[in-house]
Amino acid sequence: MRVRIVQLITLLILFTLPFIAQWAGQPFWIDLTTRIVIYGIAAMSLDIILGYGGMVSLGHAMFLGIGAYSMGILTHHSFEGSVVPFLPGEWTGSTSGFVHLAASILASGLLGLVIGLLSLRTVGVYFIMITLAFAQMMFYFFIALPTYGGEDGLNVWSRSEIPGLDLSDSMTFYFVCLGLLCAFWFIARRLVDSRFGGVLRGCKQNEQRLKALGYNTIRYKLIAFTIAGAGAGLAGGLLANLTEFVGPGTMHWTKSGELIVMVLLGGMGTLIGPVLGSAALLLLEEILSGFTEHWMIVLGPILLLVVLFARRGIYGFLAGKEAKDG
Amino acid sequence: MTTLLFLEQTLNGLQQGVMLFLMAAGLTLVFGIMHLLNLAHGSLYMVGAYVCATVTQASGSFLIGLACALGASAATGMVIEVLAMRRLYNREHLDQVLATFGIILFFNELVKILWGPQALFLNPPDFLNGTIEVLPDTPYPTYRLFIIATGLVVALGLRHLILNTRVGMLIRAGATHREMVGALGVNIDWLYTIVFGLGAMLAGLAGALAGPMLAIQVGMGENILILTFVVIIVGGVGSIRGALVGALLVGLVDTYVRAFLPMGLREVLEPASADSIGAAISGMGIYILMAVVLLFKPNGLFQAYGDN
Repeated sequence: MRVRIVQLITLLILFTLPFIAQWAGQPFWIDLTTRIVIYGIAAMSLDIILGYGGMVSLGHAMFLGIGAYSMGILTHHSFEGSVVPFLPGEWTGSTSGFVHLAASILASGLLGLVIGLLSLRTVGVYFIMITLAFAQMMFYFFIALPTYGGEDGLNVWSRSEIPGLDLSDSMTFYFVCLGLLCAFWFIARRLVDSRFGGVLRGCKQNEQRLKALGYNTIRYKLIAFTIAGAGAGLAGGLLANLTEFVGPGTMHWTKSGELIVMVLLGGMGTLIGPVLGSAALLLLEEILSGFTEHWMIVLGPILLLVVLFARRGIYGFLAGKEAKDG
Repeated sequence: MTTLLFLEQTLNGLQQGVMLFLMAAGLTLVFGIMHLLNLAHGSLYMVGAYVCATVTQASGSFLIGLACALGASAATGMVIEVLAMRRLYNREHLDQVLATFGIILFFNELVKILWGPQALFLNPPDFLNGTIEVLPDTPYPTYRLFIIATGLVVALGLRHLILNTRVGMLIRAGATHREMVGALGVNIDWLYTIVFGLGAMLAGLAGALAGPMLAIQVGMGENILILTFVVIIVGGVGSIRGALVGALLVGLVDTYVRAFLPMGLREVLEPASADSIGAAISGMGIYILMAVVLLFKPNGLFQAYGDN
């Protein structure tokens, strides 16, 4: 029961917040909430592999970055009228939101498949280090690639175009993001509650036993890794729209760290938890940076304390003992 | 000419490999014995670099700076071990990742407050600031040779420490049978603090030595940390020998690819695009090495001692 209440209240807040912001005359709040929603999608996708599958990926921001670059690169070529390299045909990019959505999801999902195929040969601490190393490889690749701005990144000249909607209006854009969050939430819910999700959870608890039962656990984990990558790619495409800028900083490894922090702060092994964690971290950043420019010196020890003393996350705190899942 | 260039690049690769070994040895020691994945290892490298540069500029002597850097990084390491790391040994890797991530944020910001956001620069000390002709007609910086020599001495010293001394024996025993060593009356907590301090000191040494070659700035620790991870994945977690072989392999491959791939590309492509593509791809060389090693030896080239 408490689980339902927490979920409902979270959704209610997310749906009414922009109206409150408008009423309070603080349009900046809408941007902040949009960021919370976008990072919420990314953190939720990470939790599918982290919380349910037990795969500690320290490179998840790579997919965020790939999603963002997919959107940015297509818009860039469309505005320049130049041909997108490495693709068959003479395609000159696109500004359509549907194309961007598909490109962000496909590109990051495909990358997730390849990286997962390599990394999932290992477990434990190797997996952490390998995902981090591959993410950093992409980071340096985009820094060294002058075609798309290198270290300076790429300006996205306009937001994606969806017929009938004006995404440059921050309210409209917010509700598109929120809609996609709900859609992804629904898909993830169906996924983790299915037989597939059961196997995934089994992988976290006792992979050996599942193997003995005849499950090809690597295949399940690989599919989960790919889906998580695609989810983060979706968030990346939205992020590029929000900031109207794409840079290698999006996939810097500290972003991957922040995504893990969001999952743990909010509540690992839940779906709404990471969204709460995203809100908590971004609000904390916002508040702390109001006090001092050196807010990280406070955030670091807070993280340490959370790990040492408060393991169950915000969701666990709010929803109580029955909050195994939500 | 090509042979000479190749040999010169080999020296460069060795020098980079030696630096990576200093980092990897500490990280792998701490992981092999305490099962702790310490992301903040790069912060200790940064502490070493900053302290060395500051003390050298104040005192005028690089050796004093180096000594202070070793002391400062070892002390920092032991303090964070006692305050935080100790509580993480029996936790999941995920908790360790998160907690040490918090420590990184703290140290990066602390350094920014103490030294400001601008990068520091340091010259090599006068007695190492020349060149030596180790290869005919190819003057090679003395300082880089000094780094290679230091690294090899440290590698031999570590080998001696671990295989032939009492502390080394306890370290080896502690890696495999923690409770047993404790039951025999050894203060395991202290042993762990010392091991952590030793690893921190090696990271500080690497940072201090890197000072005269790089810009000393916030975030320098994380760049080398990730290369160190690649080294450890290639060499095998927990094995010092693996760390040495992995470090030299990664150092050499990285240097060769960066030096020769753009040259090779220039034969087949226009110079401008060859340079830009070469720069983008050559950074990936070591990661491809890592992927290849993973395909054939998922646990790295060398099996570690200990049970993990």
